[in-house]
Amino acid sequence: MLRALLAILIVVGLIAADLRYNNLQSARAVLNTVVSPIFWAANLPTRFLEWTQTHAQTRTQLLEHNERLQRENLILQGRSQQMASLQAENVRLRALLNSSALLRDDVLVAELVGVSPDPERLQLILNKGESDGVFVGQPLIDAEGLMGQIVEVSSDSARALLITDVTHSVPVQVNRNGVRAIAEGTGELGSLEIRYVSSTTDIQPGDLLVTSGLGGRFPEGYPVAVVTEVERDTGEAFARVLAAPSAALDRTRHVLLVFTAPESQEN
Amino acid sequence: MDRQGHAYSVILLTFLVAYILAVLPLPPWLQWGRPDWVALTLIYWCIALPHRVGIATGLVLGLGIDVLEGAVLGQNAFALVVVALLSLILYQRLRVYSLSQQAGVVFILVGINQLICQWLQNIEGVSTLPRLFLLPAFSSALLWPVVLHTLRGLRRHYRVT
Repeated sequence: MLRALLAILIVVGLIAADLRYNNLQSARAVLNTVVSPIFWAANLPTRFLEWTQTHAQTRTQLLEHNERLQRENLILQGRSQQMASLQAENVRLRALLNSSALLRDDVLVAELVGVSPDPERLQLILNKGESDGVFVGQPLIDAEGLMGQIVEVSSDSARALLITDVTHSVPVQVNRNGVRAIAEGTGELGSLEIRYVSSTTDIQPGDLLVTSGLGGRFPEGYPVAVVTEVERDTGEAFARVLAAPSAALDRTRHVLLVFTAPESQEN
Repeated sequence: MDRQGHAYSVILLTFLVAYILAVLPLPPWLQWGRPDWVALTLIYWCIALPHRVGIATGLVLGLGIDVLEGAVLGQNAFALVVVALLSLILYQRLRVYSLSQQAGVVFILVGINQLICQWLQNIEGVSTLPRLFLLPAFSSALLWPVVLHTLRGLRRHYRVT
């Protein structure tokens, strides 16, 4: 009985420490490193299946795949040729407006090592950590759009929270007209709720929502979601807007970690 | 001393396997149906060897799950300590229960585990109480016979006392 009471005291203390005072981060980092072999072991069946799939491909399939990727690469490189001049123009225009210049963000590729087993928590575990420069709060993107942010870092791995998790919000703006709103996670992989959009705001299904950069956490301009539903009730102060994330949150294997180059102050 | 070390390594191995099963990637539609492997293993060992496995084990196991899940440190620890405590109080009765009666108690224990975790998550700020939160209790109770026989077989084969 005494042991039970002691255990309960310890546990309540831990919960209080982690919840209110948030000072167990380093302990978590160490514990994360300790339990990472479990994720590695749990991943083995998936990796084995992937290995057999890749090795079962015929030479023709591989050549075709290769050719397709080369074509894609060529198209992307062609599109980005204009980038350099567009960037320079952007810097000049911002200087004219007396705003600080924005430099290009750098990215690091990371691979998904695991997913949080709790079905209510939408968290990913990545194979890059503090030793690669990953930091808490770092944005995560995939090829299509914003995925989330890093919430915990240990030396060789990191945990990321997805934008669709219930506890996550992203400041966004409508790409078409710059209307600002907040995109909150609903706990379901395919939908975000856009909050603080008044019933009279100009927003329609099909609108692209991008990060607005407000709040300082996510750099501006990354696609977040596409509006799927707008319900305006004239009795309510705010409209009910739902959106589907642009990123393939449940299918991405490789993600990009964004390093924002520091803004140079021109003022 | 050798006997003791041997016993602990078998028990530890079963817990490791339980962890791996708890973390195994499942398709989204199956995720709520995952039985609580760690709780099942803990309940079995508390019933079979109450003098070796108990509250301290529950505490450490719970902390492990907290780290794996990304939960507040202590959430699952609290739940598993309660489950271990209840198993230790009831172990004598549970040993003589029939399989279905045991499965019923397992359902209640895992249900309590889920409930405590949901309450703590509520305090943390995650406000939804999902309708499916008792599904793991059902699947755990259904899988109890398998767990019981497997672990009992292991215990007898390796003569763990």
